[in-house]
Amino acid sequence: MSILRKALTTAALASVLLAGAAQAETKRIALVVKALGIGFFEAAAKGAEEAAKELGDVEIIYTGPTDTTAEGQIEVINALIAQGVDAIAISANDPDAVAPALKKAMDRGITVISWDSGVAKDGRQMHLNPSSSPLIGNMIIKLAADNLPEGGEVAVLSATSTSTNQNTWIAEMNKVMGNYPGITVVGTVYGDDLADKSYREAQGLMQTYPNLKAIIAPTSVGIVAAAQAVTDAGKAGQINVTGLGLPSEMAGHVKSGASKSFAIWNPIDLGYAAATIAYNLSNGATAEAGGTIAMGRMGDVTLDDNLEGAMADPFVYDASNVDEFASIF
Amino acid sequence: MTPSYRVIPDRLVSPFAKALKSWESLLLIVAVAIFIANALASPYFLNAWNLSDATFNFTEKAMIAFAMAMLIIAGEIDLSVAAIIALASTMMGVAMTMGFGTPVLVLVGLGTGLACGAFNGTIVARLGLPSIVVTIGTMSLFRGISYIILGDQAFTGYPADFAWFGQGYVVWVITVELVVFAALAVAFGVLLHRTSFGRQVYVIGNNPVAAQFSGVNVARVKFILFLLTGLMAGVAAVCLTSRLGSTRPSIATGYELEVVTMVVLGGVNILGGSGTIPGVVIAAFVMGLVTFGLGLLNVPGIVMSIFIGLLLIGVIALPRLWAMRRRRA
Repeated sequence: MSILRKALTTAALASVLLAGAAQAETKRIALVVKALGIGFFEAAAKGAEEAAKELGDVEIIYTGPTDTTAEGQIEVINALIAQGVDAIAISANDPDAVAPALKKAMDRGITVISWDSGVAKDGRQMHLNPSSSPLIGNMIIKLAADNLPEGGEVAVLSATSTSTNQNTWIAEMNKVMGNYPGITVVGTVYGDDLADKSYREAQGLMQTYPNLKAIIAPTSVGIVAAAQAVTDAGKAGQINVTGLGLPSEMAGHVKSGASKSFAIWNPIDLGYAAATIAYNLSNGATAEAGGTIAMGRMGDVTLDDNLEGAMADPFVYDASNVDEFASIF
Repeated sequence: MTPSYRVIPDRLVSPFAKALKSWESLLLIVAVAIFIANALASPYFLNAWNLSDATFNFTEKAMIAFAMAMLIIAGEIDLSVAAIIALASTMMGVAMTMGFGTPVLVLVGLGTGLACGAFNGTIVARLGLPSIVVTIGTMSLFRGISYIILGDQAFTGYPADFAWFGQGYVVWVITVELVVFAALAVAFGVLLHRTSFGRQVYVIGNNPVAAQFSGVNVARVKFILFLLTGLMAGVAAVCLTSRLGSTRPSIATGYELEVVTMVVLGGVNILGGSGTIPGVVIAAFVMGLVTFGLGLLNVPGIVMSIFIGLLLIGVIALPRLWAMRRRRA
């Protein structure tokens, strides 16, 4: 072999190796959602793209099945494994059914996390909840208290008396009541997450407690019904309806003054945090009980024994931003 | 001098020419074209493990499609197959919670499939009701029972050796499901094309009255076909449950339409009377290759559905257009 030829071969080999290295530097993170075409997830993808721009060397693959089926998600996961993506961040349609496919992904060296809707513990490295029960419990009473500097009577309009989520949040709210002196919770009623029953229960609250200053509804059905009841009674501006609701359903009530502010997770932040965590884990960070993982501008997430973590306080929506999010979800 | 012979052909068209013009060869060309297109479009396609993963996109559906093809050739249809999977999977889950091991679970899955098939078959064949109406009814019935048993819960924790059916490999990249698929393809091919039972199926599809007068027990053949379809749904239920490692009542949602699509794409006349098993086998590969290939390119699922729809309309409309043109010429 001539020297020239040897040199050329070496150069070719080196360029191939270099090209390979350059390609390996770009992290490909797949954001797998329950189904495409859902505003909430489109917003999360926007957040993930924001993270990609910030991190620089990241390509986001936003994908998901047409229908919210586990089988459809598994086909998507298999295609992602085949492409050898660096990380998969999934909001699962079924916590158990997708676990074997995700285990296979982890066996092949892919970082796997779940966000929003979790995966069974052995099918992911960590799970990111949008918020936590203590944070939500604190937020719903804080929203009411912030608009009542002199204190006053507030009431809770919940879903059903057996709703696990709502009961946990209300229990957490009661734990922090001491931080909000002057605020008294005069009663809790149940609208069963039905619009008409929630509406009647809200009317009942206004009649029973003439000094009522706020209604806290930690349910998206209840908060809309309560706001409508307050508006219909001509008490918009006197009784503040707050709690957890969807911007698209609440925008009108915020404008009418029936609701000064309410909260729910911010899907953009959630997508941003999921992408950042996936990036950090695939770059050597480890997910272990009690440890923390950086989430860029969202701070750090602390993992519990189940390797789950909460992103942040629920995001507050008021007249200044509700319109912007109303078109998203 | 040798005497000159005058050859009188026993066929007007040679079997070779006939095979060339057949539906199956057209489909095979489509399959090869898609395979080549995939290989050119994605660098990840030509990889034994990836192709092995891709077979899961069609194996379970194809198992049912073989039996469904015979049923449709005989002029009937079974739209309850996905619901049978759900019920069979649920029954396996019930057996699992009672502490039974893998052999019993498999028997329960197959047994449930047979029972559902017998139920459909009895109503259609003995009472003479239209199968499309009957199986739309049993579709809700079977899945309904599954929802009553499970509600929003899931069966998880199947025994470890049960995972072999849906996650195991026989040798190298050849999955257990692929072997089951191949064995069933041969079995159904022989049954339809090499037995008198198979001939009876064609006769019934072409003219059930003539079949009856020719001494074919139409009701019995139809009953057996429903039984077989139920059994195949049971086999698919074992594979799918094993692959997912869990059961939810929403399992296999929408499979019935994909199975029928596969059968029609395989050249089976939806009105009955004609079609082949090799056609269905190639159609299974075509659908699997299309979904996996587009998945590798991260094409959104809805575009995939549009593609499958166009493919179906295309392959059905082309021969018709061809025939119309020839008639005009």
